[in-house]
Amino acid sequence: MRKKNWLLLVLALVLSVFLAACSGGSEEGEGTDEGNTESESEGTTEEGGEEAAEVEQILRITDSTEIPTMDPQLSTNTVSSQWLGATMEGLYRVGKDGEPEPGIATGYEVSDDALTWTFNLREDAVWSNGDPVTANDFVYSWRRAVDPDVGSEYGPYMMGGVIKNANEVASGDLPIEDLGVKADGDYTFIVELEKPTPYMESLATFTTFYPMNQSFVEEQGDQFGLEADTLVFNGAFVMSEWNHGEGWVLKKNEDYWDSDTVKLETIDVKVTKDVPTNVNLYNNDQIDRTGLTADFVDQYRSNEEFKTVLNPGVFYLKFNQTRNEALANVNIRKALATAFDKEGIASTILNNGSIAAGGLVAKKFVSDPDSGEDFREINGDLLPYDVEKAKEYWKKGLDELGTDSVTLEYLTGDTETSTNISAFMKNQLETNLEGLSLDIKQVPFKERLRLDTAMDYDIQAAGWVPDYADPNTWLNMWVTDGANNKMGFSSDKYDSMLEKANNELAQKPNERFQTFLDMEKLLIQEEAAIAPMYQEGVAQLWKPYVKDVFKNLIGPEYSYKFAYIEK
Amino acid sequence: MARYIMQRIFYLLITLFLIATISFFLMKLLPGTPLTAEDKLSEEQREIILEKYGLNDPEPIQYVNYLGRLVQGDLGISFQFDNRGVTQILMNRIGPSAQLGVQALVIGTILGILLGLLAAINHTGFLDYGSTFVAVMGKSIPSFVFAGLLQYFVGVKLGWLPVALWDGFEYSILPSIALMIFPLATAARFTRTEMLEVLGSDYITTARAKGVNELGVVFKHGLRNALIPLVTIIGPLAVSLMTGTLVIEQIFAVPGLGEQFVSSVMTNDFPVIMGTTLLFAFLFVVIILIIDLLYGVIDPRIRLAGGDK
Repeated sequence: MRKKNWLLLVLALVLSVFLAACSGGSEEGEGTDEGNTESESEGTTEEGGEEAAEVEQILRITDSTEIPTMDPQLSTNTVSSQWLGATMEGLYRVGKDGEPEPGIATGYEVSDDALTWTFNLREDAVWSNGDPVTANDFVYSWRRAVDPDVGSEYGPYMMGGVIKNANEVASGDLPIEDLGVKADGDYTFIVELEKPTPYMESLATFTTFYPMNQSFVEEQGDQFGLEADTLVFNGAFVMSEWNHGEGWVLKKNEDYWDSDTVKLETIDVKVTKDVPTNVNLYNNDQIDRTGLTADFVDQYRSNEEFKTVLNPGVFYLKFNQTRNEALANVNIRKALATAFDKEGIASTILNNGSIAAGGLVAKKFVSDPDSGEDFREINGDLLPYDVEKAKEYWKKGLDELGTDSVTLEYLTGDTETSTNISAFMKNQLETNLEGLSLDIKQVPFKERLRLDTAMDYDIQAAGWVPDYADPNTWLNMWVTDGANNKMGFSSDKYDSMLEKANNELAQKPNERFQTFLDMEKLLIQEEAAIAPMYQEGVAQLWKPYVKDVFKNLIGPEYSYKFAYIEK
Repeated sequence: MARYIMQRIFYLLITLFLIATISFFLMKLLPGTPLTAEDKLSEEQREIILEKYGLNDPEPIQYVNYLGRLVQGDLGISFQFDNRGVTQILMNRIGPSAQLGVQALVIGTILGILLGLLAAINHTGFLDYGSTFVAVMGKSIPSFVFAGLLQYFVGVKLGWLPVALWDGFEYSILPSIALMIFPLATAARFTRTEMLEVLGSDYITTARAKGVNELGVVFKHGLRNALIPLVTIIGPLAVSLMTGTLVIEQIFAVPGLGEQFVSSVMTNDFPVIMGTTLLFAFLFVVIILIIDLLYGVIDPRIRLAGGDK
């Protein structure tokens, strides 16, 4: 027995070492806290000593995923676009106010028929390996975008029908040399178009249209773009480290033509997927920005570091007019579109700065060329929430159909947001419209696309994120048999208005703008072909010392070129 | 023994082949294509790109092509990360996952055994109830809840260890602890039960009667025998860690394989799905093989060669 006790004692000692390690730690922890306070007060002294200029110019942020590609012509998503945007520059770039401003180009001349654009390039722009940025770099990259051997997805989508012969080159019917681009000397770049394109400046800010250094790309071969040292840059920053899956580091590009404007020395980006993790890192002063999900918003709403920003993505219901006869009836569509509380979705369910959408074209996206008034302000809410009216439409619609009950399928995504919104919609629509029953069908994104293409749904919750600053990106989707229509909407009037806007009115900005306003009214107010729901917002916390990071509605999500740290 | 090992390696290859085949055809049931801007492409363009990657071929032909390349050690090129080789992606990501897995398995099992031992020796005493409590908590609290608590209290409130991210050994401590809770609890419960059974058996009584000291009884005669069955569960434990890392890596922003696996499935990145699946399968069968071989080494009663007559 005596020996057994001894053994117990040994084991108890082992355990107590662990326990001691824990309690010992707590003292250290307090010590660290004190350390933090001290360093904070040091910071204050520095400021008092007017040495603010010596604050380290480093921005520490996170992104939601590894960068899929740093090849401008292969880029298809917001993460690639963001970091290409920070390190590269096209003919134009998105300026502080969100409008395109000259980048590598200093300006352009347009021919009388508006089909030939001649861009003059600045002569002081260089690549980070020292080569000058020339017109040939644009010829090379624009051809690359539609080269079937490169296999760009966005190239044919952005250039098709815009740049001369882009579709024919992309489908392999013409050699890439036949694309309507050429260099006249080193600093003149000439583009021929299929049709007048008033939003050319905006297109020129997009990643697909960025230049590429031909000799560098060819030298790297299939290694191009895979690592930080197989990339070459001509933008405000260069990527100095790329640790796949973990993060990447951008440094100020000293060779950038406008490097005097750039104040940040370093942007340190880490990959984090989890919002609570991000919030913890933010509260621990390890990062300078975090996104917030709806459940965090209430907790931080009154915090002065809390901000909401608007994204350009607009979400809406598509009514498939070909599968269920009820949805071919305009009164039924109007009833469905006005019987749910859009405000409720935006402010209660999403609770992240999202706003109710009055129409399809996003707010703060395009404005009247004359008065500068916002497209959305002019057209307003085309189908406002109005239960009484909805009930009238519903009754009228049911009478026309000769029935008193309708069952519809509601197709939506499988995310948490989709689940919450579809539950809300089911409740609202079934309560407000008597005789309606809604079957919710939640599927993964790729499956929803498949069902969309097959037009195998009744109502679908869908969204659109625009690629360039022109109402055309929203409104050309609904042309009869358009690739993104997929809901059987067809209107001769609508088609001819679109045709007119993009051809004879292409050089008459005011009339063109008015035509787009009318098209949206026709699509939504008269036809209720789609029912706008909300424009997406993002709730964030930003450390107060981060200044002048601009949020863009097109192109790269944020501009870091002008940002600086002021403690 | 050599013959047995050869035989097992042959079975291992058959298993991997079956897994590759089943995964390949299951994966092809996923809706959609690996194209990332599918919704913006015209049908003609979609066809051109699918043709380029050989995705328009009938599935059996795609399968044969895939196997052909696989045998040559070529796992293909990712769609999601344009032009990046799958092998390169897996090599980039396996390090952190392996480090977490090994740390959690080794430390978790050792601590678990200690805890189980304490409980068995102090049967129905305070230490027994204490360790049983820890073990039950460890088995029933999901690791992501535990991870969240650790992150908040140890990382944010106390500031002892990094909240998340991956930048050196100290960054691996919290995720390893979150991950080790399950093997720790399992090993503790297992050791306790086995130990109690062994300590009650006749040969222990004999040993005590012969005057072997208590340390000798517990460690030499008791623990060694109690541990043999534990070896069996290390295999499944190692596998449960592989799946456990999916969540833990996300919470602690660890650039490991788990995250890669999930995102490849979400984007229909076929070559990466296959590569990751095969890697997990390979690790799994190898661990099982090692455990089986170890079993024979630890316990002389199990004679391998006797298996084939």
